[in-house]
Amino acid sequence: MSTAELGLPAVPAKGYPQDVKERLDQDADAVIARYPVKRSALLPLLHLVQSEEGFVSGDGIKYCADKLDLTTAEVSGVATFYSMYKRRQVGDYHVGVCTNTLCAVLGGDEIFATLKEHLGVENDQRTEVSAGVPEAQGRSLTLEHIECNAACDFAPMMTVNWELFDNMTPEKAKQLVDDLLAGREVVASRGPAVCSFRETERILAGFEDRRQDAVHGGTIAPESIVGLRVAQARGESA
Amino acid sequence: MTLKLAPVLSRAWDEQDSYTLEGYRRREGYTAIRKALTEMTPDEVIGEVKESGLRGRGGGGFPTGVKWSFIPQGDGKPHYFVVNADESEPGTCKDIPTMLANPHELIEGIVIGSYAIRSHQAFIYVRGEVTHVARRLLAAVREAYAAGFLGKDILGSGFDLDLTVHVGAGAYICGEETALLDSLEGRRGQPRNRPPFPAVEGLYASPTVVNNVESVASVPSILRNGKDWFRTFGSEKSPGFGFFSLSGHVARPGQYEAGLGVTLRELLELAGGIRHGHRLKFWTPGGSSTPLFTDEHLDVPLDFENVASAGSILGTRALQVFDETTCVVRAALRWTEFYAHESCGKCTPCREGTYWLVQAYRRLEAGQGDEAELEKLLDICDNINGRAFCALGDGAVSPIVSSIKYFRDEYLEHLRQGGCPFDPSRTTVWAPALTGAY
Repeated sequence: MSTAELGLPAVPAKGYPQDVKERLDQDADAVIARYPVKRSALLPLLHLVQSEEGFVSGDGIKYCADKLDLTTAEVSGVATFYSMYKRRQVGDYHVGVCTNTLCAVLGGDEIFATLKEHLGVENDQRTEVSAGVPEAQGRSLTLEHIECNAACDFAPMMTVNWELFDNMTPEKAKQLVDDLLAGREVVASRGPAVCSFRETERILAGFEDRRQDAVHGGTIAPESIVGLRVAQARGESA
Repeated sequence: MTLKLAPVLSRAWDEQDSYTLEGYRRREGYTAIRKALTEMTPDEVIGEVKESGLRGRGGGGFPTGVKWSFIPQGDGKPHYFVVNADESEPGTCKDIPTMLANPHELIEGIVIGSYAIRSHQAFIYVRGEVTHVARRLLAAVREAYAAGFLGKDILGSGFDLDLTVHVGAGAYICGEETALLDSLEGRRGQPRNRPPFPAVEGLYASPTVVNNVESVASVPSILRNGKDWFRTFGSEKSPGFGFFSLSGHVARPGQYEAGLGVTLRELLELAGGIRHGHRLKFWTPGGSSTPLFTDEHLDVPLDFENVASAGSILGTRALQVFDETTCVVRAALRWTEFYAHESCGKCTPCREGTYWLVQAYRRLEAGQGDEAELEKLLDICDNINGRAFCALGDGAVSPIVSSIKYFRDEYLEHLRQGGCPFDPSRTTVWAPALTGAY
């Protein structure tokens, strides 16, 4: 039983071990150098500590506070405001299902219900490492319903580690999570093969993907050029 | 027939390398920057954009050149140019494909805009939930630095500019420009009091321009082709072109770049109409924060003035289309839950109001209570609209008030039946097509 469950205040975080700190410092200093005022580096630094641990821990908050001369309370206040910073360990993959109105109506509600049942989890829960797909071998994912993700012309849409998965169905969704848990390669609709949640978070801290070809992943989708095609067929240009 | 489609930003998106520096240069990329930085003064650039009549494409519709002209000059403070790439308004899906397929046109616009307002540090604030957009932006910025379009002494003009890609972390409210600035300063993204406006005290309390992705990306084409060319599209008061993003129950959803002032009827003709066997019920002209339209509004020209006179807002031209299988109460409830989730908590009308709206709505959708419940909903809306700190509150009441206005009887039907009269399985993409066999 944790101290929080006993109603006791949390023990102050000790901070990362020296070797972790030294490794993170290289990236963190590069982040801070991007801004005229260093507090601006807080959002990317929180992504960076999330890339280290898969969530924002007390140690991660202390690390950001120390780097930016803030109090841990100031950093916590920011970290808890934004929905992408997680206070519990995220699985190897974060799986989002859009259930904002348009996607919900076009099938997002059914997809989300299907996945909850298929994976045996509720919203914002991580799959049991031992349960579910037998060949998962310790892999897990966190399922969450998400708000509009700016892919409405591809509804119903999903995300894996915030890569776009377009025009989904309950069957495709089940196959997708089974593939993720089984360790099979999964390629985004408009993007490259997905990497792990932690590797993704380093990209969101503002660092290019370590896989040099990843930026070239994905081809233009028919929906994005449907108007262009009509214009070309009608001989209209601007 | 007048020219309707205007593929400008989307003109070469069908080319495999449209997002690379090389791909962009093949379509006159980075030619406008040369013109601006070597042939024009900053004030001339502002004048050209002002006279083109370009209005903000992020929903507000404020004239872009006028915004730039508000930046005080010779004030001795640093100036900042910030791109709002936090595209999160439900239904809006134009900036994400733009940045995926055409990040360099955005960067060229940023250099031109920064030169105009005499800024040496620019930012792209992109929402966090699109990893591949972050990849494409980071790579494009690197390419632009290497080619000398960013950095020191750009094109030998003596103008310096640094550009930082800043990835957000999931908060709809950060699309509001002052909340975005607080977020960019490393704080909770909550809106600021105005005045002072960002043009006077924005980022780090210095003069700052915040422009939408599509607005900024439209600037290079204006400089390449001239303000008069830009005005050949759209109308007198709403000049130019823009993306019309069709989604929902239409045969061919997607991006249609066209002159402002097209109608939904014209767009639906291009998009193959409503999905087979169904008819239009309601739609949003510019995202969920803009009051709903119905089939009465098929011929409203989609420009700032005409949409406003018809009782809604052009917004982001995010046309979410719903057919007769969709329950308007279900749709509006879900949007209401969204606004409650995204309310930043700073002001009481929005924080408390959106919470109570959800409670009342859930009862209504479940068919509980009586007609007084509907009045309570409208009463709460009345206490939010115009009384909230920022536009999120006004946006939250839009779908509610407009859906009750057009579909009051559908709400009452929920109460009469003690539940929702619609079958949600009929709204999905995979619902069996209506063939007359039902």
